[in-house]
Amino acid sequence: MSSNSDKGDILLEIKDLEVEGFSDEKWHDIVKGVDLTLRRGEVMGLIGESGAGKSTLGLAAMGFTQPGCRIRGGEINFDGIDLAKLSDVIKRRYWGTRMTYVAQSAAASFNPAHRLIAQTTASTVRSGAKSKEDAYQDARGLYAALSLPDPQNIGERYPHQVSGGQLQRVMTAMAMSPRPDLIIFDEPTTALDVTTQVEVLSAMREIVETFNTAAIYITHDLAVVAQMADFIKVLRYGKQVEEADTRSMLSTPKEAYTKSLWSVRSLEKEEQKGGQSFLSLKGIDASYGTIKVLHNVSIEVAKGTTVAVVGESGSGKSTTARVITGLLPQTAGSVEFDGKGLLKSLSERKKEEKRRIQMIYQMADTAMNPRQTVGEIIGRPLEFYLGIRGTQKSKRVLELLEMIELNGNFIQRLPGELSGGQKQRICIARALAAEPDLIICDEVTSALDQIVQEGILKLLMRLQMELGLTYLFITHDISTVKAISDQVVVMNQGEVVEQGQKTDVFQPPHPEYTKLLLSSVPEMDPDWLTNLNSGRREA
Amino acid sequence: MHPVTKTILERLGLGLATLFVVSIIIFSAIEMLPGDFGQAILGQAATEETVAAFRRELGLDQPAYMRYLQWVGSAFQGDLGTSFSGRNSSGIDRSRAVVDLIAPRLWNTLFLAGLTAVIAVPISLVLGISSALYRNSVYDRTVNTVTLTTISFPEFFVAYILILLLASLYPVFPSLANVDGSTPLFERVFRTALPALTLTLVIVAHMMRMTRAAIINLLASPYIQMARLSGASQIEVIVKHALPNAWAPIATVIAFNLAYLVVGVVVVEVVFVYPGVGQLMVDAVTSRDIPVVQGCALIFAITYILLNLIADIIGIITNPRLLHPK
Repeated sequence: MSSNSDKGDILLEIKDLEVEGFSDEKWHDIVKGVDLTLRRGEVMGLIGESGAGKSTLGLAAMGFTQPGCRIRGGEINFDGIDLAKLSDVIKRRYWGTRMTYVAQSAAASFNPAHRLIAQTTASTVRSGAKSKEDAYQDARGLYAALSLPDPQNIGERYPHQVSGGQLQRVMTAMAMSPRPDLIIFDEPTTALDVTTQVEVLSAMREIVETFNTAAIYITHDLAVVAQMADFIKVLRYGKQVEEADTRSMLSTPKEAYTKSLWSVRSLEKEEQKGGQSFLSLKGIDASYGTIKVLHNVSIEVAKGTTVAVVGESGSGKSTTARVITGLLPQTAGSVEFDGKGLLKSLSERKKEEKRRIQMIYQMADTAMNPRQTVGEIIGRPLEFYLGIRGTQKSKRVLELLEMIELNGNFIQRLPGELSGGQKQRICIARALAAEPDLIICDEVTSALDQIVQEGILKLLMRLQMELGLTYLFITHDISTVKAISDQVVVMNQGEVVEQGQKTDVFQPPHPEYTKLLLSSVPEMDPDWLTNLNSGRREA
Repeated sequence: MHPVTKTILERLGLGLATLFVVSIIIFSAIEMLPGDFGQAILGQAATEETVAAFRRELGLDQPAYMRYLQWVGSAFQGDLGTSFSGRNSSGIDRSRAVVDLIAPRLWNTLFLAGLTAVIAVPISLVLGISSALYRNSVYDRTVNTVTLTTISFPEFFVAYILILLLASLYPVFPSLANVDGSTPLFERVFRTALPALTLTLVIVAHMMRMTRAAIINLLASPYIQMARLSGASQIEVIVKHALPNAWAPIATVIAFNLAYLVVGVVVVEVVFVYPGVGQLMVDAVTSRDIPVVQGCALIFAITYILLNLIADIIGIITNPRLLHPK
């Protein structure tokens, strides 16, 4: 350890850092001259949209660059040593010992071939800081501190044998094992459900406080960063927008861009009362093989409204959508659409019935054929369902592009040439092309940045107003539900826990699960997590 | 029962089923060969009665399904029938059991395959891992170019070049690999050296490139970046983090090449006059010695099925998801 190890001393000082990446045959700037100062025991929040250079900057703080990237200029002073000038062989002595990393997807970041405890302690044992026995013992202690179940034995398992939330905590234990000076958390809870996220966040915060470790916490979720960070730095296009301590950043952001990030959550819509039932599911059971995933699910959707189906992964939201579209025939119950019963299987349904129900998917990338142009993608349903061909078709495609706020230049483009938000817009246009009455939106904004999300949600709302569409909106994001829905259906483990008008569902009293779900959604208040935990401890 | 044991038993069962199907294919294929053994042996001049009597004696007059059942039935008991050759129109029967014909040849073939494997597999693995480690370097390119060159030449050409170099210009090894049952082990290795080297040069490229590709394929995984970020050196990343996850494809390609060493080396056997199964089978086909052809084909099928089974098992036991289910 170095001599200046008191709290408050400068640990990491980055000056005018520039990182560039090689793609399309030339070098592009990713980080364009960023300064950063982090003191011992401090947690810095790093936020911005995807492509802002957050992860690149986080990795560069360790002196690490992804393959195909390089540090072009600047200094990375870590405890008096300029990492930017060292070779990988030297930097390796710091990686995994004095600075560690917690990755976004723990499931992909653990080696499937080795036991958890061996991976947790690998760098500690390699550096010779502790013997294998001591390191293992210490790791079990960390597992206990992170409230993992069965901390004595969980380390003997392989990564695939524990859940995603547990893996994320094991990874935090792995980062903590060598007692580093600095931990980089790179979106560590983005892939988790809200109820799991709360537990992981609490565990991480507690352990960082206990060992007085400095950390950089990278995320795009403002509410999360509010719980974790002492101060926040906002990045955009590889440059700093502003930096301030968490409270003043939340209450009085200075820059217009920061304000726009903050305002996304203020999207609201006037709630519509449900009228006559348009789509109605009655007592649906469905199974994958022998595993039953839906139990007696009944949902009513009124014409021209938006019904949000919320729940965590594995709750049966998407399976419900598969039953409605006929992709997964139900084993019991019935689906009624516009007063008529729908046959179970897609192949038995009439073309007209298929046309009236369209779907938009989470991953716009994989929902489009990468070899077809935008014109072909949107044109296909026109031809298939409505028999529109030739110049009429081209005209209609243009109209549809206008509806989704894109111009005619896009007709010849391939999906690979579009941004994430544009891709999702094309998927919306493809659904609209069939002139449907009901659109099922399956996590359509989950993969998008918040500002882009807002744009897509506004578009969907406008289209609903203009065309009288009915939406079944599947999501795990409560703020999206608050923004756009009229009615809400809460699902858990294949059952409907609660359903009704949005105001009713969000108003107490709640069933136990709804309460847990709603209370787990991070709020912009920096004291939210502290209050929540003390509240839950009392209860 | 452990799920892995169950899977292995299942695969064994499937292997047996495959063998059964293959035996039908072998038998039917040979049924469809043009020409008649009796006619061929007895010559154009033989009367129809003589040919018929000869066919009756060999059991060729019975319907095909009967002959198939008899063949499979006795093959199960380790009896592959009696060779047709050694019989002739003179009536003296010097024919031998197929098993006795094949056994010493098979031993020779397995010896050559084993010797080649002992040389080639470690070389391929070391070259594959090291070229993944130093990928795109001069070393990597050299290894790739050289192995690709050796695989691109026909086997007989490699064989003759080796004879020219190592037997003729610099007489290190004998150019004839004539061994028999009485050859002592060391002498056997010495005489088999040139064919083994030839085969090594032929199969190394495939195994080496597959090893390299399997490892490099994994280097983009998030857990590899994680290993780097926890301070693992390049060698540790490759050997400890990538290789354990790459065994399944590597085992498959090794099994494929070992099977080739057993069933596909007739050209090398001919060049070095090595008494292996390949030559035996080719001779048997020429002389329409059906029981020998069938016996050899069956052994080749068993070799393929067994080696692939082993590769499957390696794939299973190196995959913790299968070895340690939830």
